[in-house]
Amino acid sequence: MSQELLNKAAAGSMKTETPKFSVGDTVQVHVRIVEGDKERVQMFSGTVIGKKGSGITETFTVRRIVNNEGVERVFPMHSPKVADVEVIRRGKARRAKLYFLRDRVGKATRLKEIREPSKKEKAAAAKTAAKKAAEAEDAAAEAEAQPAEAVAEKV
Amino acid sequence: MLSALLGKKVGMTQVYDDAGKLHPVTVVQAGPCTVLQVKTSETDGYNAVQIGYDEVKVHRAMKPQIGHAAKADAKPQKFMREIRLADAEGAEAGAKLTVDVFEEVQYVDVVGVSKGKGFAGGMKRHHFGGMSASHGTKRQHRRGGSINGHGTNLGTGPKPKKGKRMPGHMGHAKCTSRNHSLVGVDKENNLLLIKGPIPGANGGYVVVRRSKTAKVKA
Repeated sequence: MSQELLNKAAAGSMKTETPKFSVGDTVQVHVRIVEGDKERVQMFSGTVIGKKGSGITETFTVRRIVNNEGVERVFPMHSPKVADVEVIRRGKARRAKLYFLRDRVGKATRLKEIREPSKKEKAAAAKTAAKKAAEAEDAAAEAEAQPAEAVAEKV
Repeated sequence: MLSALLGKKVGMTQVYDDAGKLHPVTVVQAGPCTVLQVKTSETDGYNAVQIGYDEVKVHRAMKPQIGHAAKADAKPQKFMREIRLADAEGAEAGAKLTVDVFEEVQYVDVVGVSKGKGFAGGMKRHHFGGMSASHGTKRQHRRGGSINGHGTNLGTGPKPKKGKRMPGHMGHAKCTSRNHSLVGVDKENNLLLIKGPIPGANGGYVVVRRSKTAKVKA
Protein backbone atom coordinates (compact mmCIF):
# COMPACT_ATOMS: atom_id res chain seq x y z
CA MET A 1 0.00 0.00 0.00
CA SER A 2 2.65 2.49 1.03
CA GLN A 3 4.86 1.53 -1.91
CA GLU A 4 1.90 2.13 -4.20
CA LEU A 5 1.47 5.62 -2.77
CA LEU A 6 5.18 6.34 -3.21
CA ASN A 7 4.96 5.26 -6.82
CA LYS A 8 1.98 7.53 -7.32
CA ALA A 9 3.86 10.44 -5.78
CA ALA A 10 6.84 9.93 -8.09
CA ALA A 11 4.77 9.08 -11.17
CA GLY A 12 4.54 12.71 -12.22
CA SER A 13 8.28 13.08 -12.64
CA MET A 14 8.94 9.76 -14.36
CA LYS A 15 9.30 9.37 -18.09
CA THR A 16 6.61 7.27 -19.71
CA GLU A 17 9.18 5.78 -22.05
CA THR A 18 12.77 5.36 -21.02
CA PRO A 19 15.47 5.16 -23.68
CA LYS A 20 16.25 1.59 -24.73
CA PHE A 21 19.84 0.44 -24.43
CA SER A 22 21.75 -2.17 -22.52
CA VAL A 23 25.02 -2.51 -20.66
CA GLY A 24 27.94 -2.68 -23.06
CA ASP A 25 26.41 -0.40 -25.66
CA THR A 26 28.26 2.61 -26.93
CA VAL A 27 25.83 5.48 -26.58
CA GLN A 28 25.54 9.19 -27.11
CA VAL A 29 23.69 10.91 -24.29
CA HIS A 30 21.96 14.16 -25.19
CA VAL A 31 22.16 16.43 -22.15
CA ARG A 32 20.12 19.61 -21.92
CA ILE A 33 22.13 22.54 -20.58
CA VAL A 34 20.57 25.85 -19.59
CA GLU A 35 22.82 28.90 -19.81
CA GLY A 36 21.01 32.04 -18.76
CA ASP A 37 17.77 31.76 -20.66
CA LYS A 38 19.26 29.79 -23.55
CA GLU A 39 19.04 26.05 -23.73
CA ARG A 40 21.35 23.84 -25.75
CA VAL A 41 22.08 20.14 -26.03
CA GLN A 42 25.49 18.72 -25.20
CA MET A 43 26.61 15.24 -26.15
CA PHE A 44 28.43 12.77 -23.97
CA SER A 45 29.40 9.57 -25.70
CA GLY A 46 30.92 6.47 -24.21
CA THR A 47 30.29 2.91 -23.10
CA VAL A 48 27.48 2.05 -20.68
CA ILE A 49 29.25 0.16 -17.88
CA GLY A 50 26.31 -0.32 -15.56
CA LYS A 51 22.71 0.35 -14.67
CA LYS A 52 21.61 0.79 -11.08
CA GLY A 53 18.40 1.24 -9.10
CA SER A 54 14.80 1.00 -10.12
CA GLY A 55 11.84 3.30 -10.58
CA ILE A 56 12.65 6.96 -10.32
CA THR A 57 16.05 6.30 -8.75
CA GLU A 58 17.34 4.37 -11.75
CA THR A 59 20.71 5.58 -13.06
CA PHE A 60 23.25 4.49 -15.64
CA THR A 61 26.99 5.07 -15.86
CA VAL A 62 28.76 6.03 -19.08
CA ARG A 63 32.53 5.74 -19.35
CA ARG A 64 34.83 7.30 -21.90
CA ILE A 65 38.46 8.29 -22.19
CA VAL A 66 39.25 12.01 -22.43
CA ASN A 67 42.88 13.09 -22.83
CA ASN A 68 44.11 9.71 -21.62
CA GLU A 69 42.00 10.06 -18.50
CA GLY A 70 39.00 7.87 -17.80
CA VAL A 71 35.80 9.88 -17.25
CA GLU A 72 32.63 8.36 -15.88
CA ARG A 73 29.31 10.15 -15.71
CA VAL A 74 26.25 8.91 -13.89
CA PHE A 75 22.94 9.93 -15.42
CA PRO A 76 19.54 9.57 -13.76
CA MET A 77 17.35 7.66 -16.20
CA HIS A 78 14.29 9.84 -15.59
CA SER A 79 15.97 13.23 -15.45
CA PRO A 80 14.40 15.75 -17.83
CA LYS A 81 17.95 16.92 -18.52
CA VAL A 82 18.71 13.62 -20.24
CA ALA A 83 16.91 14.38 -23.49
CA ASP A 84 17.82 11.25 -25.40
CA VAL A 85 20.16 8.28 -25.42
CA GLU A 86 21.28 7.24 -28.87
CA VAL A 87 22.78 3.78 -29.36
CA ILE A 88 25.75 4.00 -31.71
CA ARG A 89 27.06 0.47 -31.38
CA ARG A 90 25.72 -2.52 -29.52
CA GLY A 91 28.33 -4.30 -27.46
CA LYS A 92 28.32 -7.82 -26.13
CA ALA A 93 28.53 -7.93 -22.34
CA ARG A 94 28.45 -11.10 -20.28
CA ARG A 95 28.01 -9.33 -16.95
CA ALA A 96 25.80 -6.57 -15.57
CA LYS A 97 28.60 -4.27 -14.44
CA LEU A 98 31.61 -3.70 -16.68
CA TYR A 99 33.88 -2.33 -13.99
CA PHE A 100 36.74 -4.41 -15.38
CA LEU A 101 36.99 -1.86 -18.18
CA ARG A 102 38.42 0.58 -15.64
CA ASP A 103 41.64 -1.43 -15.53
CA ARG A 104 41.97 -1.60 -19.28
CA VAL A 105 43.60 0.83 -21.63
CA GLY A 106 43.42 1.36 -25.38
CA LYS A 107 42.34 -1.48 -27.65
CA ALA A 108 41.55 -3.73 -24.69
CA THR A 109 38.55 -1.58 -23.79
CA ARG A 110 36.69 -2.62 -26.93
CA LEU A 111 33.75 -4.97 -26.61
CA LYS A 112 32.60 -7.45 -29.20
CA GLU A 113 29.86 -5.94 -31.31
CA ILE A 114 26.40 -7.45 -31.56
CA ARG A 115 25.65 -6.89 -35.21
CA GLU A 116 22.16 -6.57 -36.56
CA PRO A 117 21.94 -8.76 -39.67
CA SER A 118 22.11 -6.71 -42.87
CA LYS A 119 19.31 -6.72 -45.49
CA LYS A 120 21.12 -9.24 -47.65
CA GLU A 121 21.68 -11.60 -44.74
CA LYS A 122 18.08 -11.23 -43.64
CA ALA A 123 16.83 -12.14 -47.09
CA ALA A 124 19.10 -15.19 -47.21
CA ALA A 125 17.94 -16.32 -43.77
CA ALA A 126 14.31 -15.95 -44.80
CA LYS A 127 14.93 -18.03 -47.92
CA THR A 128 16.50 -20.94 -46.03
CA ALA A 129 13.75 -20.81 -43.41
CA ALA A 130 11.08 -21.01 -46.12
CA LYS A 131 12.87 -23.95 -47.72
CA LYS A 132 13.06 -25.80 -44.42
CA ALA A 133 9.38 -25.14 -43.71
CA ALA A 134 8.39 -26.49 -47.11
CA GLU A 135 10.45 -29.65 -46.54
CA ALA A 136 8.86 -30.16 -43.15
CA GLU A 137 5.41 -29.79 -44.71
CA ASP A 138 6.18 -32.44 -47.30
CA ALA A 139 7.43 -34.81 -44.62
CA ALA A 140 4.31 -34.27 -42.56
CA ALA A 141 2.06 -34.92 -45.56
CA GLU A 142 3.89 -38.18 -46.29
CA ALA A 143 3.63 -39.28 -42.65
CA GLU A 144 -0.12 -38.65 -42.75
CA ALA A 145 -0.60 -40.54 -45.98
CA GLN A 146 1.24 -43.69 -44.82
CA PRO A 147 -0.92 -44.72 -41.83
CA ALA A 148 -4.04 -44.20 -43.94
CA GLU A 149 -2.73 -46.75 -46.49
CA ALA A 150 -1.86 -49.16 -43.72
CA VAL A 151 -5.39 -49.02 -42.38
CA ALA A 152 -6.80 -49.59 -45.85
CA GLU A 153 -4.71 -52.71 -46.31
CA LYS A 154 -5.91 -54.16 -43.06
CA VAL A 155 -9.52 -53.70 -44.04
CA MET B 1 -7.51 30.35 8.38
CA LEU B 2 -6.44 26.89 9.38
CA SER B 3 -3.49 25.50 7.50
CA ALA B 4 -2.64 22.32 9.35
CA LEU B 5 -3.51 18.69 8.81
CA LEU B 6 -2.94 15.34 10.42
CA GLY B 7 -1.46 12.54 8.39
CA LYS B 8 0.63 9.45 8.11
CA LYS B 9 4.23 9.28 6.97
CA VAL B 10 4.36 7.05 3.89
CA GLY B 11 8.06 7.09 3.05
CA MET B 12 10.66 8.87 1.00
CA THR B 13 11.17 9.16 -2.74
CA GLN B 14 12.37 11.78 -5.18
CA VAL B 15 10.70 14.11 -7.68
CA TYR B 16 11.87 16.50 -10.38
CA ASP B 17 10.66 20.09 -10.45
CA ASP B 18 9.93 22.14 -13.57
CA ALA B 19 13.55 23.24 -13.81
CA GLY B 20 14.70 19.62 -13.88
CA LYS B 21 16.10 19.70 -10.35
CA LEU B 22 15.81 16.56 -8.26
CA HIS B 23 14.32 16.91 -4.78
CA PRO B 24 14.37 14.29 -2.03
CA VAL B 25 10.85 14.28 -0.59
CA THR B 26 8.93 12.60 2.19
CA VAL B 27 5.44 11.59 1.17
CA VAL B 28 2.76 12.22 3.78
CA GLN B 29 -0.79 11.02 3.36
CA ALA B 30 -2.62 13.95 4.93
CA GLY B 31 -6.32 14.06 5.58
CA PRO B 32 -9.14 14.06 4.97
CA CYS B 33 -9.46 15.25 8.54
CA THR B 34 -12.69 15.89 10.40
CA VAL B 35 -13.27 18.85 12.67
CA LEU B 36 -14.50 17.26 15.90
CA GLN B 37 -14.84 20.34 18.08
CA VAL B 38 -14.49 24.08 17.82
CA LYS B 39 -13.14 25.93 20.83
CA THR B 40 -13.71 29.65 21.16
CA SER B 41 -12.42 32.23 23.60
CA GLU B 42 -15.95 32.68 24.99
CA THR B 43 -16.40 29.03 25.90
CA ASP B 44 -12.86 27.77 26.42
CA GLY B 45 -10.70 30.86 26.84
CA TYR B 46 -8.85 30.34 23.54
CA ASN B 47 -9.57 29.68 19.89
CA ALA B 48 -8.82 26.30 18.42
CA VAL B 49 -10.22 23.41 16.46
CA GLN B 50 -9.86 19.78 17.36
CA ILE B 51 -9.31 17.68 14.25
CA GLY B 52 -9.18 13.92 13.85
CA TYR B 53 -7.66 11.55 11.31
CA ASP B 54 -7.99 7.84 10.57
CA GLU B 55 -11.43 6.51 11.44
CA VAL B 56 -11.85 3.74 14.00
CA LYS B 57 -14.58 1.17 13.55
CA VAL B 58 -17.41 1.99 15.98
CA HIS B 59 -17.38 -1.45 17.58
CA ARG B 60 -13.70 -1.03 18.41
CA ALA B 61 -14.00 2.45 19.90
CA MET B 62 -14.81 3.36 23.48
CA LYS B 63 -18.09 4.99 24.41
CA PRO B 64 -16.67 8.42 25.28
CA GLN B 65 -14.87 8.50 21.94
CA ILE B 66 -18.04 7.59 20.08
CA GLY B 67 -20.06 10.19 21.95
CA HIS B 68 -17.51 12.92 21.42
CA ALA B 69 -17.32 12.24 17.69
CA ALA B 70 -21.09 11.93 17.39
CA LYS B 71 -21.45 15.56 18.48
CA ALA B 72 -19.73 16.49 15.23
CA ASP B 73 -21.70 13.89 13.26
CA ALA B 74 -18.50 11.91 12.73
CA LYS B 75 -17.03 8.51 13.42
CA PRO B 76 -14.48 8.08 16.22
CA GLN B 77 -10.95 8.92 15.12
CA LYS B 78 -7.63 7.30 15.91
CA PHE B 79 -5.42 10.38 15.91
CA MET B 80 -6.69 13.68 17.29
CA ARG B 81 -4.95 17.00 17.80
CA GLU B 82 -5.90 20.56 18.62
CA ILE B 83 -4.82 23.33 16.31
CA ARG B 84 -4.77 26.86 17.72
CA LEU B 85 -6.33 29.59 15.64
CA ALA B 86 -6.23 33.38 15.80
CA ASP B 87 -10.01 33.37 15.57
CA ALA B 88 -12.38 30.47 15.26
CA GLU B 89 -14.72 32.18 12.83
CA GLY B 90 -15.78 30.01 9.95
CA ALA B 91 -14.75 26.80 11.67
CA GLU B 92 -17.55 24.30 11.96
CA ALA B 93 -17.72 20.96 13.71
CA GLY B 94 -18.12 18.08 11.30
CA ALA B 95 -16.34 19.86 8.43
CA LYS B 96 -13.91 17.85 6.30
CA LEU B 97 -10.42 19.19 5.69
CA THR B 98 -8.35 18.06 2.74
CA VAL B 99 -4.92 18.95 1.36
CA ASP B 100 -6.59 21.99 -0.22
CA VAL B 101 -5.75 23.88 2.98
CA PHE B 102 -2.09 23.83 1.86
CA GLU B 103 -2.72 25.71 -1.33
CA GLU B 104 -0.21 28.57 -1.63
CA VAL B 105 1.69 27.31 1.42
CA GLN B 106 5.43 27.29 0.70
CA TYR B 107 6.97 26.02 3.91
CA VAL B 108 5.70 23.60 6.54
CA ASP B 109 6.66 22.34 9.98
CA VAL B 110 6.18 18.67 10.80
CA VAL B 111 5.52 17.37 14.31
CA GLY B 112 5.96 13.67 14.89
CA VAL B 113 7.33 11.08 17.27
CA SER B 114 10.97 10.24 16.59
CA LYS B 115 12.20 6.67 16.20
CA GLY B 116 13.14 5.07 19.51
CA LYS B 117 16.85 4.35 19.98
CA GLY B 118 16.66 2.59 23.35
CA PHE B 119 19.21 3.25 26.09
CA ALA B 120 21.94 5.21 24.34
CA GLY B 121 25.34 6.39 25.49
CA GLY B 122 26.50 9.97 25.67
CA MET B 123 28.31 9.89 22.35
CA LYS B 124 25.19 8.93 20.43
CA ARG B 125 22.68 10.82 22.56
CA HIS B 126 24.46 14.14 23.10
CA HIS B 127 27.31 13.99 20.59
CA PHE B 128 29.99 13.73 23.27
CA GLY B 129 33.50 13.44 21.91
CA GLY B 130 34.45 10.31 23.81
CA MET B 131 37.96 9.75 25.02
CA SER B 132 41.28 9.23 23.40
CA ALA B 133 41.89 5.98 21.58
CA SER B 134 45.44 5.82 22.94
CA HIS B 135 47.73 7.67 25.37
CA GLY B 136 47.03 5.16 28.08
CA THR B 137 43.23 5.24 27.91
CA LYS B 138 41.89 2.01 29.33
CA ARG B 139 38.40 0.64 28.64
CA GLN B 140 36.73 4.06 28.64
CA HIS B 141 36.87 5.19 25.04
CA ARG B 142 33.16 6.00 24.78
CA ARG B 143 32.55 7.36 28.28
CA GLY B 144 31.36 10.87 29.03
CA GLY B 145 34.10 11.76 31.50
CA SER B 146 33.69 13.47 34.84
CA ILE B 147 30.19 14.55 35.87
CA ASN B 148 31.10 16.66 38.87
CA GLY B 149 33.83 17.40 41.34
CA HIS B 150 33.98 17.98 45.04
CA GLY B 151 32.85 21.58 44.87
CA THR B 152 30.07 21.54 42.35
CA ASN B 153 28.78 24.68 40.76
CA LEU B 154 25.33 23.92 42.12
CA GLY B 155 26.64 24.94 45.50
CA THR B 156 24.87 22.17 47.36
CA GLY B 157 27.64 19.70 47.84
CA PRO B 158 29.03 16.91 45.74
CA LYS B 159 26.10 16.08 43.50
CA PRO B 160 25.93 16.33 39.73
CA LYS B 161 24.20 19.43 38.43
CA LYS B 162 20.53 19.05 37.55
CA GLY B 163 20.07 18.35 33.84
CA LYS B 164 23.63 17.06 33.41
CA ARG B 165 23.75 15.28 30.08
CA MET B 166 24.26 11.57 30.58
CA PRO B 167 23.43 8.27 28.92
CA GLY B 168 19.76 7.34 28.93
CA HIS B 169 16.72 6.65 26.84
CA MET B 170 16.88 8.26 23.42
CA GLY B 171 14.21 8.83 20.81
CA HIS B 172 10.51 8.03 20.85
CA ALA B 173 9.84 11.61 21.87
CA LYS B 174 7.85 14.42 20.31
CA CYS B 175 9.98 16.06 17.69
CA THR B 176 9.34 19.09 15.49
CA SER B 177 11.17 19.54 12.24
CA ARG B 178 10.86 23.06 10.87
CA ASN B 179 10.98 24.93 7.58
CA HIS B 180 10.54 22.15 5.07
CA SER B 181 9.63 23.45 1.67
CA LEU B 182 6.41 21.97 0.35
CA VAL B 183 7.41 20.58 -3.01
CA GLY B 184 4.04 19.29 -4.17
CA VAL B 185 0.43 18.62 -3.29
CA ASP B 186 -1.40 15.65 -4.81
CA LYS B 187 -5.10 16.36 -4.37
CA GLU B 188 -6.21 13.14 -6.00
CA ASN B 189 -4.43 10.88 -3.51
CA ASN B 190 -4.32 13.32 -0.55
CA LEU B 191 -0.54 13.40 -0.58
CA LEU B 192 1.88 16.09 0.52
CA LEU B 193 5.44 16.04 -0.81
CA ILE B 194 7.65 17.57 1.84
CA LYS B 195 11.30 18.21 1.13
CA GLY B 196 13.76 16.28 3.27
CA PRO B 197 13.33 13.75 6.04
CA ILE B 198 10.73 14.12 8.81
CA PRO B 199 10.57 12.59 12.30
CA GLY B 200 9.33 9.07 12.92
CA ALA B 201 9.04 5.76 11.18
CA ASN B 202 7.02 5.08 8.05
CA GLY B 203 3.38 4.72 8.99
CA GLY B 204 3.73 7.05 11.98
CA TYR B 205 1.27 9.84 12.63
CA VAL B 206 2.40 13.41 12.05
CA VAL B 207 0.99 16.93 12.25
CA VAL B 208 1.81 19.09 9.25
CA ARG B 209 1.26 22.83 9.63
CA ARG B 210 2.18 26.02 7.87
CA SER B 211 5.66 26.96 9.00
CA LYS B 212 5.75 29.41 11.87
CA THR B 213 9.35 30.45 11.33
CA ALA B 214 10.22 30.22 7.62
CA LYS B 215 10.81 33.50 5.83
CA VAL B 216 8.60 33.28 2.77
CA LYS B 217 9.99 34.93 -0.30
CA ALA B 218 7.43 37.29 -1.78
